[in-house]
Amino acid sequence: MSEIAADDSKAPTTDRPPKQVIYRHRVTTRLTHWINVVCFTVLLMSGLQILNAHPALYWGQFGADDDHAFIQFYASRSDGELVGHTRIGSWKFTTTGLFGASAGNDGELTVRAMPTWATLPSFRDLATGRRWHFFFAWLFVINGLVYVSASLITGHFRRDLLPSWRELKPGHILRDVWSHARLKFPKGEAAKRYNVLQKGAYLGVVVLLALLVLTGLTMSPGINAAVPGMLDLFGGRQSARTIHFICAALMVAFIVIHLAMVVLAGPINEIRSMITGRYVVPPEDSK
Amino acid sequence: MTSKLLSRRALLTAGTVGAGALALAGAYRLLAPNYLQILESAENATFAAQRALLAGQPLAREFSAADMSPIFKANGTVLPEDPAYQALMANDFADWRLKIDGMVANPASLTMADLKRLPQRTQITRHDCVEGWSAIGKWTGPQLGPLLQSVGMAPNARFVVFHCADNLGGGNDGTGFYYESVDLFDAFHPQTILAHTMNDAPLKVAHGAPLRLRVERQLGYKHAKYLMRIEVVDRLTHLGSGKGGFWEDRGYEWYAGI
Repeated sequence: MSEIAADDSKAPTTDRPPKQVIYRHRVTTRLTHWINVVCFTVLLMSGLQILNAHPALYWGQFGADDDHAFIQFYASRSDGELVGHTRIGSWKFTTTGLFGASAGNDGELTVRAMPTWATLPSFRDLATGRRWHFFFAWLFVINGLVYVSASLITGHFRRDLLPSWRELKPGHILRDVWSHARLKFPKGEAAKRYNVLQKGAYLGVVVLLALLVLTGLTMSPGINAAVPGMLDLFGGRQSARTIHFICAALMVAFIVIHLAMVVLAGPINEIRSMITGRYVVPPEDSK
Repeated sequence: MTSKLLSRRALLTAGTVGAGALALAGAYRLLAPNYLQILESAENATFAAQRALLAGQPLAREFSAADMSPIFKANGTVLPEDPAYQALMANDFADWRLKIDGMVANPASLTMADLKRLPQRTQITRHDCVEGWSAIGKWTGPQLGPLLQSVGMAPNARFVVFHCADNLGGGNDGTGFYYESVDLFDAFHPQTILAHTMNDAPLKVAHGAPLRLRVERQLGYKHAKYLMRIEVVDRLTHLGSGKGGFWEDRGYEWYAGI
């Protein structure tokens, strides 16, 4: 995020301040962002296809039908009607139509952990789901490595994402939370850099995505033999699988909030800044 | 005049759109069968990366008895319907023989007693199904590597194929007998054993009696059950649909290291 142009060539004809355009996102950030969008979408949907093959998540080294599942998506029949269930620990929810039981490709209610619209392919096909998943996993890892090395070289992490001590003070964080809750976004000078909530969210995403790669690799029996320490780090293959799922779910939550913020903060300006890099700084409120 | 121009423009537009659509449809038809092949290329990258990491032939983790699954899930075929297998089972596998043939100097036909006379290896390892679940069990049997050496493998042999007694149907060769294959790198790994004993008891039918392959560091479908014959080959193209295994012929990876 470096300022390269302040478009004040035209003298203001009104008392409105000049439109200030800054160069907000470097080309590596923009390119890796959009490649990431494609990769994550495919990885999420093919991942849900893989989950459908055994929609139960365990804790520890092993876990199968007869072991206690920590999270489970399943179906039951009540008066001949299919009912979808989601269980997280001891909390049970009825989730017919979404999780456990939903409309199959023929429209009939069927036993399915994740609905057809959320999986790749839409019909049940674990083999093809895995093909999508691992092809895009490679792209995702290469893309992530490009982003991380470029960000380290250019100082993107240090300059734009690492919060300062001042920003980490509880008072400052609470103030930012309060202004976000009232949908009051930074303007003028403050809008030229990320606020502490943005810094936290974007750094958090980098950590979540790294965790997704590491827990994914920990599910590989080949990698387990080559790098056994990862099994200890995540507490076993089935724990790694559960963490993999939770991180993916947190990513979905991030994306929902991220998209909502883009829409609320001015979608055209925000999306353009991630395509061309140019961002129009919202003018300070005239008082 | 105007209407004529317009109609010509409309014709041109329609022609361009039509040609474009046809070109797109053609491109799609040309590319559509290939997109899966593009996706499948990731398997080569995974194979190369894992083989580089596994070059020193590290062992898969071995667990203690306390770590074992209380119930080891039986998956896939749990009772082969093949009459020949049923006959062997009725006689408690006393007449069962393991054939070893193909590119070997001395084809063999081994009894269970022959296999048990060889040096045995016992390992408590984790079994990972492609579906996502895992179970930990204890396996005992002779190592595959020394057994292959004892029959005099041809120097140009590259793969070891496992022919099984369970028929799942739907094969291109008119049968659907389960089969699997590994290359010599995995065949000669110290933990690659032919297990006749599971959790200190003779292997149960549901788990592949009388003999199954353990190829730790790969997913469950590589661990062929109900072994009848081991064939040493230099290529996999002549078997089934040519992909090296029952599930491989149905879209799954031959290299199941992830």
